[in-house]
Amino acid sequence: MTAFVVVSVIKVFVVFGAVLGTVLFTIWLERKIVARMQSRYGPNRWGPFGLFTSLADGVKLFFKEQVSPRGIDKAAYVAAPVLALIPAFLAFAVIPFGEHVTLFGQTVTLEVTDLNVGLLWVIAMGSLAVYGVVLAGWASGSKYPLLGGIRSSAQMISYEIALSLSLVPVVVWAGTLSLREIVEAQIGTFGTIGWLPGPVQWIGHLIPKWYVVFQLPAFLLFMAAGVAETNRAPFDLPEAETELVAGYHTEYSGIKFAMFFLAEYVHIITISAVAVIMFLGGWDGPHLPFLPWMWPLMNFMGKTFTLVFLFIWLRATLPRIRYDKLMVLGWKGLIPMALGWLVVSATILTVKDAYFG
Amino acid sequence: MHQYVFVVIGVLMAIAAVRLVTTKNVVHGALYLLMVLAGAAAIFILLLAEFVGWVQVLLYIGAVVVLLLFGLMLTRAPIGRTALDNQSRALAALVAGAIFAMTSMVLVRAFDGQMIDFSQTLTVRTLGGVLFTKYVLPFEVVSVLLLAALVGAVVLAKRDE
Repeated sequence: MTAFVVVSVIKVFVVFGAVLGTVLFTIWLERKIVARMQSRYGPNRWGPFGLFTSLADGVKLFFKEQVSPRGIDKAAYVAAPVLALIPAFLAFAVIPFGEHVTLFGQTVTLEVTDLNVGLLWVIAMGSLAVYGVVLAGWASGSKYPLLGGIRSSAQMISYEIALSLSLVPVVVWAGTLSLREIVEAQIGTFGTIGWLPGPVQWIGHLIPKWYVVFQLPAFLLFMAAGVAETNRAPFDLPEAETELVAGYHTEYSGIKFAMFFLAEYVHIITISAVAVIMFLGGWDGPHLPFLPWMWPLMNFMGKTFTLVFLFIWLRATLPRIRYDKLMVLGWKGLIPMALGWLVVSATILTVKDAYFG
Repeated sequence: MHQYVFVVIGVLMAIAAVRLVTTKNVVHGALYLLMVLAGAAAIFILLLAEFVGWVQVLLYIGAVVVLLLFGLMLTRAPIGRTALDNQSRALAALVAGAIFAMTSMVLVRAFDGQMIDFSQTLTVRTLGGVLFTKYVLPFEVVSVLLLAALVGAVVLAKRDE
């Protein structure tokens, strides 16, 4: 019991630190990649390749004066950035990022906790993220943040439906809501495929059992809705700087602004990690004979950063879409498609179970 | 242990519920509602109904109250104290009291003396199985009711045009 508590506390701190470090790295990565795509150098003053820029920015924001405008609602104004950051970090509590390690005779699973409704937890925490934005918009007592808050609440509610619906086919296929069990169902390859003609039966050994193979539409829907859910370009209407100054965080400065900024990047990493777990086989991938615990972790991080790169690439490439088009895309595009795909994949599963065992 | 946690959650919920109806600021009211709903979710989790608890967070906290706030901000978003009181407190108290009395009576009569088996968690599989076999009729009736509410809302919103 004591060992369990100690291990859990250590895991909480390690995961918190790792996520924070990853976020700082992602911010640097984004600035660097976007700069390269626009033929600039990007940050290059602090550390090798400007690697410590995010850290320096963080320190600067921490010590900056916090300007609070007149006419704010004090309690909500202070609570908003905290409410944005906490659910973002909490979502990581159920993300499994590797198999397990044996340290000092203790077998430690590489995740904070394995909730049997883990996926639901992640989605629920994602749905709480909107409060930070909405309250910030309202409490600032100024028109641009208010418009940003309204846009954000409508957008996040709409895309949350598509996001959750796109995950349902995977849950139906895996038959569980536990993220660890979903990953375990995807480990390995299809092996020899009996119904193919003899000479090409071996091809199954090359195809991993990742859900993306049969659930590609769900994966694409999830990524599209995920970009909107994280308020990233081309769906970053809540903070559209050409129309709303900076949207919901216009009136925030110093550490309070930094908290919104961090929350956004934590969400990007969470969405990427969930996509890796649900569709790309989690930590499944190449193993080399030495350091057995490291390879799953490496696979997981490699896949996650590939998706994070995709987010950054999108931002550097696509212009922001118009607000009414965003709503049309969400309600008339993604949601019907997600529902349709759910029906199709449930049918496939039923037919498969009934006729092919 | 369970009882103490329950008492703490219950007291917090009661305070939030009282503040919800006495606060002069609607947005603060919505935030107190949030606390009440979070308390309900916590009680579900305390009773080992994890799925129901997190769905409560997802739907009521993550969607219903957000829509409420959205509606408030779209129509009017008063910061500070504003008079949004239509002076019918007595009637409201009567209706709320009646609903409370009826719901508690129904709940007490339905579950009186039943014990919850804490030795096993309620899994999603069991819940889904029971919902779509034994309770499929109430489930369908509720969905029709929600559909009717949806259609009604659209009709009311479109009537002006």
